[in-house]
Amino acid sequence: MSRKFFPVFALLIVLSMVLAACGGSAAPEAPAEESAAAEEAPAEEAVAEEAGETEGAAPAEGGSTLATVQERGYVICGGNASVPGFGFIDTEGNYSGFDIDFCKAVAAAVFGDAEKYEIRPLSSQERFTALQSGEIDTLIRNTTWTLSRDTDLGSNFTATTFYDGQGFIVRIADGISALEDLDGGTVCVQTGTTTEANLADVMAARGISYEPVVYEDVETGWTTYEEGRCDAYTTDKSGLVSRRTLLENPDDHMIMDETISKEPLGPVVRHGDDQWFDIVQWTVYATFFAEEHGITSANIDDMMAETQSPSEKKFFGTEGELGSFLGLDANWSYNVVSQVGSYSEIYDRNLGPDTKTFIPRGLNSLYTDGGLLYAPAWR
Amino acid sequence: MANIEYSTEEAIPFWRDERILRILGQAVFLVVTVSFFAYLYNNMMTALEAQGMLPSFKFLTHTAGFDIGESFIEYDRSDTYGRALLVGLINTIYVSIVGIFFATILGVVLGVSRLSNNFLVAKLSSIYLEILRNIPLLVLLIFWYSGVFIALPRVKEAINWGSVYLSNRGLAIPWGIPTETWGIYTIILLFALIFALVVSWRLNIIGERTGRPPLRILWVPLSFFTVAIIGWILLPQAPLVLDKPELTGLNFSGGYVFTPEFMALFSGLVIYTAAFIGEIVRAGIMSVSKGQHEAAKALGFTTLQTLRLVVFPQAMRVIVPPLTSQYLNLTKNTSLAVAIGYPDLFAVGGTTLNQSGRAVEVITLMMGLYLLSSLITSVFMNFYNNKIKLVER
Repeated sequence: MSRKFFPVFALLIVLSMVLAACGGSAAPEAPAEESAAAEEAPAEEAVAEEAGETEGAAPAEGGSTLATVQERGYVICGGNASVPGFGFIDTEGNYSGFDIDFCKAVAAAVFGDAEKYEIRPLSSQERFTALQSGEIDTLIRNTTWTLSRDTDLGSNFTATTFYDGQGFIVRIADGISALEDLDGGTVCVQTGTTTEANLADVMAARGISYEPVVYEDVETGWTTYEEGRCDAYTTDKSGLVSRRTLLENPDDHMIMDETISKEPLGPVVRHGDDQWFDIVQWTVYATFFAEEHGITSANIDDMMAETQSPSEKKFFGTEGELGSFLGLDANWSYNVVSQVGSYSEIYDRNLGPDTKTFIPRGLNSLYTDGGLLYAPAWR
Repeated sequence: MANIEYSTEEAIPFWRDERILRILGQAVFLVVTVSFFAYLYNNMMTALEAQGMLPSFKFLTHTAGFDIGESFIEYDRSDTYGRALLVGLINTIYVSIVGIFFATILGVVLGVSRLSNNFLVAKLSSIYLEILRNIPLLVLLIFWYSGVFIALPRVKEAINWGSVYLSNRGLAIPWGIPTETWGIYTIILLFALIFALVVSWRLNIIGERTGRPPLRILWVPLSFFTVAIIGWILLPQAPLVLDKPELTGLNFSGGYVFTPEFMALFSGLVIYTAAFIGEIVRAGIMSVSKGQHEAAKALGFTTLQTLRLVVFPQAMRVIVPPLTSQYLNLTKNTSLAVAIGYPDLFAVGGTTLNQSGRAVEVITLMMGLYLLSSLITSVFMNFYNNKIKLVER
């Protein structure tokens, strides 16, 4: 018995040693193995998908994000779940908001179907790691464009969808009207954000002493502010406006006029995939273009039939082959606007005067209206 | 000839030689383990290299750029990430030491009272232990923070006892501010400490000679404070002046403020860990045979004397090893502070991670620091354990 068994056992040992040796000395051969793995990845992903598993997204290095996304059948965006107006999950588990709509726009551009997307709610600490590791394809989560993030964190900012700035919310009863009034006070702030550093910078520059209370969880931060632990809560003004609606007595609180930082927010992609960068960037520009040319999801078919403008024809995909330069269908931008809408439609739906999270458009108007939105030429 | 043939046939082949197989099995296990971790490491390095982010600790010398609410050392936003992490580490150590101290006291009281003959005391401490041991610490911390300390009156309606104010901004108490003579006074305090140690040593010798244990618990602090008070009076200017907290503007200024974050973390950790320590103490006391109690009683010892002189010296051998692991737990559990906004090592590390983008380095560093603090605690407790070990003669 044991005589028969033994050769098998010995063989196993030898085999495992050989394997182990391979594993140990794999470093010099790594590039070859790496590329092979990258080529195989989409196929494996598809199989995993069929098995009903939610696998990670594109490989972090090399490989085409577009190919991976098409293979998978939907786009995965990193989003926010707790900022009404930008990214919010309702009681039925549906996401809605300004950022979510741009994720839908990317899905419409890639698949011609705005519903082929999935949102992964991420904390502000997780978001860049999730992008770097390839768990998500695009990060659309109130993320501020800064030099260090654009370079050192291995991410690329595509375009600005919302020009924001950091502000403070205070209780009206406290009589705080300027930043100097906060001297000796306490400020609640969420960790892992540019907000924390901006706060430190501006307070140091103006010589205001204060005590920061830093929370990991945005909900805890707001609750403690509301309970009076802090004199002010600071974050981007967009966030202040939207969270103010969730306070018990929104009218007891006011947002100070002071804006202490530049916070251009927009979709982020990984370093090293220019095609995917272009797709996300031009999807954003398509919504600008549509507003500039008065194209909306309601009138797009009439406009397409009637237009004589060459650039509009190119936009609708009836002339030229701009879509193929991006690796997409000719009517990709048509799909974006017809299914999700122009910039003004997206804005009004989430942040317009009829919503609870109304934010005046300000800098987020077309350049023709004194804002900063400007789409490059469509040819 | 025949003899030689016999021996070659019967020699055990190496694959059936148990001695060789044992070594071989261990070698295989070692190789598999090492290559598994080498694979993980290689995988991480390849991914990081692809992003152009090779591990480097250079970022520790870069400007941190964020403020920290509570700090025992000078720190502002223009200091380095390294110093920010040091602030966090000191806060962690502070909470751990204070927490361990009070958890031990409360735990011993609970353990003893659970075995008390007084029905009420025993039942109350049983209920306490059963409830607190079965609530997750994070839930407890959030309860203490949101349910107790943040629910206190607002700063303008603070509860006031003399110069002590309690509000949801924390507990503000009068606190001494060092004056010019503080430097000299620290030397006097050091001298007082040495004096107290000498007294303790002398009392020990007297005790051994006479066979009557002297009241060290009375005489040692008394000698320390005598020197400290005489020094205070003799100095031309008092080394500390009392600074009372006052409500100015938005917050209290002056005095010392225990923030609600600290108090919530401290109470949560103490109350939770004390429940476990209580059970350990009970187990330790019960491990001492009943005959010891009865003998002590027969000799006319009071209950307190029985505990102090007979039971505890024997129970400590059972208590200390599990107590050590409770101390380690408490130290590691301080990292839950991140949920309630106390700037401990983990909270500051999280901010550092996010601002610098150096995930692998920061996490490695934090793991190293927690490991180090645990090892130091272990070494100390093992030293103590060896000291109280039953000396076999």
